[in-house]
Amino acid sequence: MARIPATDDSPERRRKAIRYAVPVLAAGVAAATIGLVPALASAGSPNLPDITAKKLIEKIAVSDTQTISGSVKFSTDFGLPAIASAFGSSLGGSGTGGSASANPNDQLTKLLTGTHTLQVAADGPDRQKVSIVESAAEYSVIHNGNDVWAYDSGSNQAYHSTAPQGAKSGAGTDHTSSTLTPQQAADQALKAVDSTTSVTVDGTAKVAGRDAYQLLIKPTQADTTVGSIRIAVDSATGVPLKFTLTPKGSAKPAVDIGFTKVDFGKPAASTFTFTPPKGAKVTTEKSGADAAKKDGTKAQDNAKSALDGLNVIGTGWDSIAELKTPKGSLTGQQSNTKGSTFDTQSLISSFGKTVKGSFGSGTFVSTRVVNALITDSGKVYVGAVSQDALVKAASK
Amino acid sequence: MSQAETLPTPAPRPGVLWQLGLFRSEFITVMRRWRTLALLAVLTGVPVLIGIAVKIDTNGGGGRAGGGGSGGDGGGPAFIAQITNNGLFLVFTGLAATLPFFLPMAIGVIAGDSIAGEANSGTLRYLLVAPAGRTRLLLAKYASVLAFCVVATLVVAASGLIVGAILFPLGDVTLLSGTTISFTEGLWRALLIAATVALSLTGIAALGLFISTLTNSGIAAMATTVGLLITVQIVDQIPQLHAIQPYLFPHYWLSFADLLRDPVYWDELRRNFGLQGLYVAVFGSAAWARFTTRDITA
Repeated sequence: MARIPATDDSPERRRKAIRYAVPVLAAGVAAATIGLVPALASAGSPNLPDITAKKLIEKIAVSDTQTISGSVKFSTDFGLPAIASAFGSSLGGSGTGGSASANPNDQLTKLLTGTHTLQVAADGPDRQKVSIVESAAEYSVIHNGNDVWAYDSGSNQAYHSTAPQGAKSGAGTDHTSSTLTPQQAADQALKAVDSTTSVTVDGTAKVAGRDAYQLLIKPTQADTTVGSIRIAVDSATGVPLKFTLTPKGSAKPAVDIGFTKVDFGKPAASTFTFTPPKGAKVTTEKSGADAAKKDGTKAQDNAKSALDGLNVIGTGWDSIAELKTPKGSLTGQQSNTKGSTFDTQSLISSFGKTVKGSFGSGTFVSTRVVNALITDSGKVYVGAVSQDALVKAASK
Repeated sequence: MSQAETLPTPAPRPGVLWQLGLFRSEFITVMRRWRTLALLAVLTGVPVLIGIAVKIDTNGGGGRAGGGGSGGDGGGPAFIAQITNNGLFLVFTGLAATLPFFLPMAIGVIAGDSIAGEANSGTLRYLLVAPAGRTRLLLAKYASVLAFCVVATLVVAASGLIVGAILFPLGDVTLLSGTTISFTEGLWRALLIAATVALSLTGIAALGLFISTLTNSGIAAMATTVGLLITVQIVDQIPQLHAIQPYLFPHYWLSFADLLRDPVYWDELRRNFGLQGLYVAVFGSAAWARFTTRDITA
């Protein structure tokens, strides 16, 4: 092998070098694979025939996909202060008490911060299932016919509510799926389509291994904090596969919900059957209609009944909700929530900043999308608009 | 230490059978050590302790499922809330409790000792007198460490199953996703989980083997491997270091729980296997490079 008889240990050293090159090579190949494979997987923008925005929206509307299952990556980054998520869960915690409750309200507020993986399955309007994948545990909401079950494997607790006859795709389950699947999120965004918005088809993308068109929705109004909404629509079935909301002046989405794996086959029937395991603590919600409603709107209802008026200022994306609250009602309302009689006012000011204007002074609470101005005179202005727009509205 | 003197005629290319013989003698040597038996005894004890603790807690707490502190994620090892109602979950809890430290520590001790221990007691050069070749010897050593991974995992699982069956009822298994499967299928999943856990340990086994080739002191190799394990486990817990965490070998260890979902969530399991494979490739070949080129003086 060693043709050059240089130093005595030359072949020996060379052998050594070659052998040591093996682990280095292995590490290098691995590093390259880790670096390149995700890049290659997401880089593909498939060639699809051109389509107009109108046709694409139609495609979504006529899509009759009834069966779907897959994994969804659910990331939200609203820039909420950490305390707000605790606040949020206590808002939702109605009645059952304790943070380990299997009540969907308690659990779904988790989705407001961070990145979660969901496993979803649906088989027509009667059977849906959504599971939040957690470390060595899972939280599932299962809708099967008239039954809505929720099961938290971490604490071995279950929650059961019965939807009334006839209200099969009732508000309760609809709510859960609407926060969770890209379809519903897309539907809501499309409702906002009017003269204030530009809707275009912006190329194609690969989502969950499927070819998709990208629908780009851009507010044309000046004051809104919403930069753009992007919906990836499966080219074959018209099912929205990915929903991204990006605030103005930022590259990082505030909401990013998308399938990472999708299958349009019929999920196994056993997916939707649930029998509470022996020894699981089951909370039952009897009153059907109420239970269905409760899922989605109880928190808001509470808030609304405590406020004596809702007024919408502006149009389209620039809409600002003006709420008049009797002084102190914000604090009073919160004490309903079991075990958490904190002073909301001081909580709000703890993560807001003081703003002064011709309306007097108030607290400005900002997130990456929705901003709120709570004036000292008891008015609340909320909207996906800039601080200036809120101050302007308050000063009117 | 190996009974390498049982080797047949010194052929230039010994066959597979011979290789198996080498592995068998290595493995028997490992299993015969008091140290190994003590480690296995500790591993057997963990599910026993958990089982008894849960039993006492349940009786004392008026039969309340899960006991007082099991409010979700922070309340002890995974699945502990389900043990009272299904003893099979003791297998999963036992594995979840031993996987972060007990199991890899045992592997670290065995792997760290594999080469350095021989060097330490001066038997390594005798092993190498046999025409096995260093590569073959290293392979046999690594194979016996891997076999120990399987044995250790099965010991934990079996102990969990036996204690669970004695102390708690057995029956249909409710998966994390709420789907119910039969007990037999639950047993299959338990076996699959044990296999996954054993596979999860191949990375640290390779790491320990590599460290073992670096030194002539068995104690030093064991201490380094176990110390490294503890360091990596701590680093894996620091949120600020999240950028490097996906590349740490224990990062996806608990993904074995994903086998209890319906449908099984494969993403992290696959990442775990990939990561273990990577560690085996890099440190296994590094161990080979070191062991086949170094001067054996002891």
